[in-house]
Amino acid sequence: MWAELKKGAAVAVWFMFLTLPIMVVKVNPIEQTVVWRWANLVWLGAAVFVLTVVGRYCSRHRTELSAFWPDAHPLLAHPQLKRFLLIVLALLATLFPLFFSSYQINIMTTALMYAVLGLGLNIVVGLAGLLDLGYVAFYAVGAYSYALLNYHFGLGFWAALPIGGLLAAIFGVLLGFPVLRLRGDYLAIVTLGFGEIIRLILENWNDFSFGPSGIAGIPRPGLFGLTLSVDDAIMYIYYLVLLLGLITIFVVNRLRDSRIGRAWIALREDEIACQAMGIDKTKTKLTAFALGASWAGMVGVLFAAKTTFVNPASFTFLESAIILSIVVLGGMGSTVGVVIGALVFILLPEYLRAFADYRMLLFGAIMVGVMVFRPQGIIGNPRRRSYPLPMAAADQEVGHE
Amino acid sequence: MEYFLELFFSGLTRGSIYALIALGYTMVYGIIGLINFAHGEIYMIGAFTALICATVLTIWGLPPLAVLGLSAFAAIIWSAAYGLTVERIAYRPLRHAPRLSPLISAIGMSIFLQNYVLLAQTADFVSFPALIPDFAWLEPYRSIIGSSDLVILLTTAVVMLLLTILIKGTKIGRAMRATAQDREMALLLGIDVNLVISVTFVIGSALAAIGGVLIASHIGQINFAIGFLAGIKAFTAAVLGGIGSVPGAVLGSLLLGWTESFATGYISSDYEDVFAFALLVLILIFRPSGILGRHHNQKV
Repeated sequence: MWAELKKGAAVAVWFMFLTLPIMVVKVNPIEQTVVWRWANLVWLGAAVFVLTVVGRYCSRHRTELSAFWPDAHPLLAHPQLKRFLLIVLALLATLFPLFFSSYQINIMTTALMYAVLGLGLNIVVGLAGLLDLGYVAFYAVGAYSYALLNYHFGLGFWAALPIGGLLAAIFGVLLGFPVLRLRGDYLAIVTLGFGEIIRLILENWNDFSFGPSGIAGIPRPGLFGLTLSVDDAIMYIYYLVLLLGLITIFVVNRLRDSRIGRAWIALREDEIACQAMGIDKTKTKLTAFALGASWAGMVGVLFAAKTTFVNPASFTFLESAIILSIVVLGGMGSTVGVVIGALVFILLPEYLRAFADYRMLLFGAIMVGVMVFRPQGIIGNPRRRSYPLPMAAADQEVGHE
Repeated sequence: MEYFLELFFSGLTRGSIYALIALGYTMVYGIIGLINFAHGEIYMIGAFTALICATVLTIWGLPPLAVLGLSAFAAIIWSAAYGLTVERIAYRPLRHAPRLSPLISAIGMSIFLQNYVLLAQTADFVSFPALIPDFAWLEPYRSIIGSSDLVILLTTAVVMLLLTILIKGTKIGRAMRATAQDREMALLLGIDVNLVISVTFVIGSALAAIGGVLIASHIGQINFAIGFLAGIKAFTAAVLGGIGSVPGAVLGSLLLGWTESFATGYISSDYEDVFAFALLVLILIFRPSGILGRHHNQKV
């Protein structure tokens, strides 16, 4: 116990040294003033000390503690209870807009949009194992295709929705072709570069995209020619996003169990073995990119219709990072996990205002924490769990030394 | 001709800074095969530490040269400490995990560090004091090369030389090369691989800190997000030269610096960053192993 405390104190002192300049001193080089914030150092030291001692205690009692958070809760495996829970959830989701203000509905719509984006990215990252850091580019393609088609040709929402999805899919294939040969980490960087190129073009090509000022006055989706009040339109978009979400969940689940879905998972696990089994690597990767991108494109169209305004500032790398952290936290490859991840990540900062400033800080910390402590996310991937290979288990034991 | 020379030297200055950052990427990649996404943030933290230190010391009334030296020293010390800590927290536990895990962890670390500085310091651009003095004898050539350009070039050259001596001539350098070639074999031969990896992170971070101080002093302002773009560009440079290769990183950085400088000078400055990204995408498609990199066959 004494040794633990000493270790905790040592770590705390190290972190106090580490954060000394950034946390304590705040300078204004123009007016030549300095603010010393020594209290920060004390708080930080105390927090690190407690976290280290508790963390070390937990990691020593890992096996006993992990019983509290098994991969699938036994209650959820009960089919009747699962069905009951689903019905309750469906009712809640349907009735939600009737009892809450437009503001609340808007937030929920955003959360659902991120859930769909997460599910789309999940196809690429979770199932096919291709780390895509430029996912927001396809979202931008969808949003801008609706905005521009509407501006130039007066195209309506319902015509733009499939076109946006299709255009995004085409961009997905365009990006997919050149990067087919690349390995995981190079792929990540190229997709990141691709996403930034799309954003920079939107920002600088004024004749095409109206530059940083963006495009305003995009019409909301129509409903058989009815004119809706703003409140009704918000509610209508909520139901549209909910519907899209349900369709996405259905399609993604079916895809995962289909021939192509199994090919994705095989590709993720071992590319060479997968090719040896006769799976066409090119086709498999390209469909993953195209299908993942098409969801982003459709959500992009919805986003443009919801905000009635698009500009390049909505499509920064930060958005890609948020969507990726949703997928990572939820559990790569798990549908339920991604939906829960999106709701947690988008709703929590909205309702805990004090916490909103720390949102991105926590996103980053959670991404590291999940990878180090629980790589399978909140809800582990069911397929991975069902076949525990003795070899893989042995490998992991070695890895944890 | 004068315009050409101006662009040539500004490209060379840019390239030198990229080289200082790119070396960190390439050394880490050479040893543990990981793209250290948080490396750009280490550079940013180096610049911030130098800013804080320089302002405090100026207020305390130290002479400018002492301020420059001490702030650069502080930046190196703290950046190295951050590099060491990041490796210990985010990468070491994942050394045997699937390839994607450390990469995602690195991206998380990068986001964390950016927002840490954003919250602890400020979201605005902060003006950085001009630490490098103006040399009077350079006055006639001011339009072609400034004194901070000259200091950057000389510092980079000296640092490269020291690094080469370290890698080629010292015991730890030999251990680093051995670990890069075959980590398990190095372990069997009694090399403390964990120590070697830590040293690599410390050296890479120190180089990034030097780059951070120099560029911040050259440009005159910094904010919490400068590491992202600088990191991507330095990574591009490292890949261009062949990731894992130290001379390759320098060569790639200079090429990238010139490409950017001439492209913005002769074509358009709106698309400055697009050139770098487009170059990156093109290299990875046509020659993923880079100019000086070796091609690795994938094995089962």
